[in-house]
Amino acid sequence: MAEPSYPGELLYHSEHDWARVDGDEAAFGITWYAQDALGEVVFFESPKVGSSVTKDEPYAEIESVKAVSDVFAPLSGEIVAVNDRLSDSPETVNEDPYGDGWLVRVKLSDPSETEQLMDAATYEASL
Amino acid sequence: MTQYTSATDADRAQMLDAIGVESIEDLFAEIPERLRLRRPLALDQGLAEQEVYEELRELAARNVSTEDEISFLGAGMYDHYIPALVDSIILRSEFLTPYTPYQPEISQGGLQAMFEYQTAISELTGLPVSNASVYEGPSAVAAAGYVAKLANGRTRFIASRGVHPHSRETLRTLAHGWGMAVDEAPLSDGATELPEIGEDVSAVIVQQPNFLGAVERLEPIVEAAHRTGALVICACDPLPLALLKSPGECGVDIAVGEGQTLGNRLDFGGPSFGLFAVTDALMRRIPGRIAGETRDADGRRGFVLTLQTREQHIRRERATSNICTAQALNALAGIVYLSWLGRRGIVELVELMLQRTGYARDRLQAIDGVVPLHGQPVVREFAVALEAPVEAVIRRCREQGINPGYPLGRDYPEFENGLLVALTERRTRDQIDRLAEVLASAIASERSELAGART
Amino acid sequence: MSATRPGARWFTAAADDELTIFERSREGRRAFVAPELDVPRRPLDELLPGELRRAESPRLPEVSEPEINRHYNRLSKRNFDLDTGFYPLGSCTMKHNPKLHERVAALPGHAKLHPLQDPARAQGALELMWQLQQALAEIAGLPHVSLQPSAGSHGELAGVLLTRAYHEDRGEHRTKVLTPDTAHGTNPATVTMAGYEVVKVGTDERGNVDLDDLRAKADDDVACLMLTNPSTLGLFETGIDEVARIVHGIGATLYYDGANLNAIMGICRPGDMGFDIVHFNLHKSFTQPHGGGGPGAGPIAVSDRIEPFLPRPQVVRREASGNGAGEAYYDLDHERPKSIGRLRGFQGNYGVFVRSYAYIRSLGAAGLKEVSEVAVLNANYLLARLRAEGVLDQLPVAYDRLCMHEFVLSGSPMKRDLKIKTLDLAKRLLDHGVHPPTVYFPLIVDEALLVEPTETETKETLDGFAEVVAEILREAREDPEIARGAPYTTPVRRLDEAAAARNPVLRQP
Repeated sequence: MAEPSYPGELLYHSEHDWARVDGDEAAFGITWYAQDALGEVVFFESPKVGSSVTKDEPYAEIESVKAVSDVFAPLSGEIVAVNDRLSDSPETVNEDPYGDGWLVRVKLSDPSETEQLMDAATYEASL
Repeated sequence: MTQYTSATDADRAQMLDAIGVESIEDLFAEIPERLRLRRPLALDQGLAEQEVYEELRELAARNVSTEDEISFLGAGMYDHYIPALVDSIILRSEFLTPYTPYQPEISQGGLQAMFEYQTAISELTGLPVSNASVYEGPSAVAAAGYVAKLANGRTRFIASRGVHPHSRETLRTLAHGWGMAVDEAPLSDGATELPEIGEDVSAVIVQQPNFLGAVERLEPIVEAAHRTGALVICACDPLPLALLKSPGECGVDIAVGEGQTLGNRLDFGGPSFGLFAVTDALMRRIPGRIAGETRDADGRRGFVLTLQTREQHIRRERATSNICTAQALNALAGIVYLSWLGRRGIVELVELMLQRTGYARDRLQAIDGVVPLHGQPVVREFAVALEAPVEAVIRRCREQGINPGYPLGRDYPEFENGLLVALTERRTRDQIDRLAEVLASAIASERSELAGART
Repeated sequence: MSATRPGARWFTAAADDELTIFERSREGRRAFVAPELDVPRRPLDELLPGELRRAESPRLPEVSEPEINRHYNRLSKRNFDLDTGFYPLGSCTMKHNPKLHERVAALPGHAKLHPLQDPARAQGALELMWQLQQALAEIAGLPHVSLQPSAGSHGELAGVLLTRAYHEDRGEHRTKVLTPDTAHGTNPATVTMAGYEVVKVGTDERGNVDLDDLRAKADDDVACLMLTNPSTLGLFETGIDEVARIVHGIGATLYYDGANLNAIMGICRPGDMGFDIVHFNLHKSFTQPHGGGGPGAGPIAVSDRIEPFLPRPQVVRREASGNGAGEAYYDLDHERPKSIGRLRGFQGNYGVFVRSYAYIRSLGAAGLKEVSEVAVLNANYLLARLRAEGVLDQLPVAYDRLCMHEFVLSGSPMKRDLKIKTLDLAKRLLDHGVHPPTVYFPLIVDEALLVEPTETETKETLDGFAEVVAEILREAREDPEIARGAPYTTPVRRLDEAAAARNPVLRQP
């Protein structure tokens, strides 16, 4: 994705991760800023379905040719799905960071944590 | 001005003027006076090239090399014949003087050589992924231990007593920093006894052939280790792998080893290289440089250093190793040597060593005062026990121009008068016969002297 | 696209240069001829039971000697190298490799010496190692040296393990090691590998260690501070006395990364600055050829309080008793009860020691000091020439101070104004037959370009380099696309590194 984009319907974490909340579940991914800083993503090792994630803690690593970065959980919960497409096409994270480039889907353990996240405008201003 | 700098007085005047200072001393103005060394270094003054040559020659003359005696010393490094072709290639400026290939477009020579080397090591070890080399054998064993620790986070290692003493010791040095213990699996008739492998074991380490020259049966150990989720690290002597079932085929997870035997000099212990190969599952955890194939902007095939996110210059504190320098020139010597041997040649070479080793073992074990130390199959090295003090026997043999081998008692108190005898293609039948003759005589003399001393 | 580049072509480009040695293989070809079997042939199964043998021999190439020779000769011509051209790779000290060194290293008394040879029959080698130790100790200003570590990062590992042993011996258990944010990647990687936690210390606006940040982080859980001086920015750490005071004040050790030793030999010494442990890169300041990425060696020098923990074995000099009056005897000392143990097999990269020793004997005290003086002179001169050519307008020096043997430029203005990045500048330099400086290191400088000319380059070479950089910038102002698509005249053009990392192909199928 060539131009910066921060969709309004998402919530954002200061470590450049987003959350799309849908009932008691949420999908996570990294923002346009993060994928731009990383460069072309070459590898993402998904954590296992069933493992738990904790808000503000790293739950995986994402690699480009020249960098490796922790991926931080914006919210806490249990992983119910991982994006299998990324093992064959990790560059999807660069091409469509908010859509097909999602990383994991999580069943939230404490939905009230969403209050601590930023909206698109606040996040973009923080960059 | 030294031999290697060119800044004349005229140059310096111009340069200082361009910089805008009066003297070279001004360039060091930021260094606190208190720290300045205001006396010359306490070193001799520099010598002319011919004087340096003479001194190095004189030092060399005080060493007894494998050209000065017939040597059956092995124990990790071997007196092979290195073809002239290897020297002529590794002395080429284009291979000798560049740095690590960070700019791949102008380093295709070195990168392709790494790719070819990786392929050859992969073939020998039977594992799909090899790196471009690490420093040498024993530190490669420790590096493999680090990979296992990062992979499964468990708390101890089991290393066979048949693993090279230097490798076991190096692993212990590193493991101490990780808070991990290194327990030992004992030997029985020269072969590793299958240990009890608990779920706290991160990796089991074996050597093939082991330090006593014995060919190990790897499959039962691998099976037992994998049942509890431990990894298996096998330190291998690469030449015997031409004949032996490969570590990969036996299910080993990480194969490491000392590469000196492949086209590299003895050099009193280094530099050489360490081989390091793993299964696909461990590909992203392997330490060291790796060359990978790719395409350039015009679609041409080319090679680059790849999977660099494992490495220190990117991953820093989370790197799979701190290694920066590989042993590129030594690995190049390795692949040139392996190409020179070729697919058929390496088998012929190792079969030759196998036959001569069998012959040597028979001849020595037939000597009165020599008994087998173990009965396992061997390829190019074997151990016997002497019924006389081994160090004294060795001294007598040396006087006859034969170095009969390595005294095992230094590392294996249970084999107090053990002798480790190594063969390469340089050791002919005549030399083996002479070894037997000299050894027999030395033992007889020692025994009669001891008997005489007792009366 | 029309970009060409001036200067001579230095490589050959034939269509079949792309073949690997495996692709040249033809069944039946050979180079090796095995000696005749001169012992009675026993059946293979008797010597090596079938279940221990592999079914198929390893698929090594089948080629003749002329083919191997031509293959690697032609491959070599696809490499740029130091003997061929200027190689100002910052932090790597790409200085001339004297040709004498290959001659002496090849002497059979050195090259064909088995590492387990009886010390009484390796006195030349042991004396050489001992003398080298003495010389390195004098250069570092620390009395005790171990030659065992095989590379700089190996020496760093030794240093941190020695630190651990030192603290444990005093009954202390510390968990952290401090490294500056300018540190070479091997520093933090080493710290983790030694079982410690890395804590980063910031750099101030003068390019020195931020003393306030250091004071804040220096608590009694810190085992060590690892530092380079001059720093990786090429700047002398002017507050080093205070740094040493702070670190020793909390009982920690001060470790010197010797990568930048080329700036200070005979000028000042890390031991005098208060460092407890120093590592040397013999493949940097002491001319061991880089070999395309090794071998090297990383000996260490330590203070009295660290000496008991040095790796085993140590090369020592004993006064031989009963051998005639005061005749020295050189030996390997394994009796070291507090030693951290071994870091590798045998006693180290002796072949590298031979070359480094020859170098030190060739230059002597005055020569080594001259090395550092000219290294610093050349770096400052090159900086002045770049300034005179107007290059620093687009690539300003990151810290406005006297540099030492290297300097860092930032390509940020160039990226903004000329629309080309440091990477593009580097790739366009390849078309000019020059190896680029180090790029994107140190990490704290944006679009970094780290330039180290070394002392073995002539003034004319430095002038030429400054002109070439200026020309590339002028060209970029006209048409930034040229640098962005560079290189054009090298054996291959820009390579797809992302594809190589995504779908690794690491061997011939």
